[in-house]
Amino acid sequence: MSAAAAEGPLLQVKGLQVRYFTERGTIEASRGVTLHLDRGETLGLVGESGSGKSVTSQAILGLIREPGRIVAGDIVWKGRSLLAADGAAYARRVRGKEIALVFQDPMTSLNPVFTIGLQITEVLRHHLKLGRRAASDRAAELLDLVGISAPRQRLAQYPHELSGGMRQRALIAMALSCEPELLVADEPTTALDVTIQAQILELLGSLQQRLGLSILLITHDLGVVAALCHRVAVIYAGRIVETGRAADLFARPAHPYTMGLLRSTPRIDVVRPRLVAIDGTPPDLSHPPAGCAFHTRCPIATDACMAEAPSLVPQAGGRTVACWRAFTPAWPGEAANRRARG
Amino acid sequence: MTMMTTTTAPLVEVQNLSVHYAARGGGWLGRRIRPITAVEDVSFAIFPGETLGLVGESGSGKSTTGRAILRRIDSITGRILFRGRDITQVRGEALRRLRRHVQMIFQDPYASLNPRMTVLELVAEPLVVHGLARGEAAEPRVASLLALVGLPESAMERYPHEFSGGQRQRIGIARALALEPDFIVADEAVSALDVSIRAQIVNLLGDLQARLNLAYLFIAHDLSVVRHISHRIAIMYAGKLVELADRDAIFRQPLHPYTRALLSAILIPDPQIQQQRRRIVLTGEIPSPAAPPSGCRFHTRCAHATAKCRAEAPPFEEKTPGHFAACWAA
Repeated sequence: MSAAAAEGPLLQVKGLQVRYFTERGTIEASRGVTLHLDRGETLGLVGESGSGKSVTSQAILGLIREPGRIVAGDIVWKGRSLLAADGAAYARRVRGKEIALVFQDPMTSLNPVFTIGLQITEVLRHHLKLGRRAASDRAAELLDLVGISAPRQRLAQYPHELSGGMRQRALIAMALSCEPELLVADEPTTALDVTIQAQILELLGSLQQRLGLSILLITHDLGVVAALCHRVAVIYAGRIVETGRAADLFARPAHPYTMGLLRSTPRIDVVRPRLVAIDGTPPDLSHPPAGCAFHTRCPIATDACMAEAPSLVPQAGGRTVACWRAFTPAWPGEAANRRARG
Repeated sequence: MTMMTTTTAPLVEVQNLSVHYAARGGGWLGRRIRPITAVEDVSFAIFPGETLGLVGESGSGKSTTGRAILRRIDSITGRILFRGRDITQVRGEALRRLRRHVQMIFQDPYASLNPRMTVLELVAEPLVVHGLARGEAAEPRVASLLALVGLPESAMERYPHEFSGGQRQRIGIARALALEPDFIVADEAVSALDVSIRAQIVNLLGDLQARLNLAYLFIAHDLSVVRHISHRIAIMYAGKLVELADRDAIFRQPLHPYTRALLSAILIPDPQIQQQRRRIVLTGEIPSPAAPPSGCRFHTRCAHATAKCRAEAPPFEEKTPGHFAACWAA
């Protein structure tokens, strides 16, 4: 690895635009997503259904399929484009080995007719060219690494013989098999029970520290972000609306959408008489609104917001915000809420 | 929010409810029939205008309990009382009359709404089935129901697929309200909704309760939402109730080790607070209802379990006034 490559961010997504060309029209699923991820960092990409968060991860992993297409922007890994016309071999190598994916539902991403052991050793033999015996030893080590007891016996089991939490662990073990530098985890705990979710988050946090992994965590759950992420990027209607260190962003959200999300999430440590609800629904991305896409639901939108989309502007403290009225309290009680929190 | 006094009669009473299934599974082609007790010996009461939150993880039996109370499951033992009347065995016309007063809101409103029916037909259907209105006579009633749940009158002519998830849940709620019920079982009614939309529906359920004096059994796995919406909270684990108390008592003074672990596993959307919390991470898995552990069902994951816990199931009893728990150590 050259010194120059080691200095920049591990991953950069620059102005990514993904469109789905369907019979019923063109859907602008991603409308210019920009973010970066440093080595050893956990970045949370937070958004609701249809916000473009999963499309972003699919684009990073090269999983956008027809009728979807990347129409603009770039994805840069260690300083080199994964989308460049002459970079196909590089992209293939990176995506198979250096970037790995953990899906939401471990049942559908494991093959039900093969044992856990066969599914992991297949990856090891194919990518790392290990022999049968070495692959089997390594697979047992990986299961042990993710906290699966009696790993040798587990190798002989089929996915349906494992509980949901164990399957998710097995899937994480499989993702780690080629010693990736980046783990893309798409809603990794959404399908799990609360106490099992706690186990998996604990595991991801400890793996991140022990292995120096970078994690791109895609989630709708602000609690998961608070538990695990160093930095956060909030995505709405196919665009990043703000980014920042998790502690800063939660303590002092800059974008009205982030403020609204935080105020509409019930918390077990705070009893509010009423939740702040963000009125309306996210826009239809086959006809995205002009200007800032959030203006249709934003309580403090002005004429400027309807006319022109704000770009993601750097702020103090390494933050970026795309809002004409950044840091303006947008919801009732927002200012009071901040004071109460100190 | 302690609105009930001890003198108020319960609207719904559940006494020693157990639900049994005969599950296929095990054996070649799964032909062996195994009896499964999905819910065992559950007792609680719900008062008029009250929300009882019922919380549990997969296999806890919370949804089965809700469906059993609505008499959607037959193989039950124990008693269910509605306004003091035993409804455990009612059938036919009496059951149909009962259904006017007890309704359900589902997790996935799309799956529970016939896609070929207009919103008018969907919301009017309960009225028609119960002979309360038909044809054009139902329209003003449907319009007022839609207004109640925050949908425009113009929604009447449209089909479910034309609506977003939150709007479909509003249609499901309008349908449930059509017969002016006193009691609604909401089974994971907001779980599938996005955060910003979920808050709209949670607020709506609260507003409707205040206006119509509805009682809810609010079944959910998400304790944050349950804390927000409930007056009292019941916690289930592996088919049994482990704790039941006023909302604030559950959070301030949880008595059962499972409740404590569950509370510590709930994430708080604030990194400064969340990362300093002491988490009780439970090891092991939720037991299968087909093979529940002996004694206290939580003993396989409990850090404080003793020989007694392994041998004998603790009774579900009142530890302090209004605060019930099933634990030898509580």
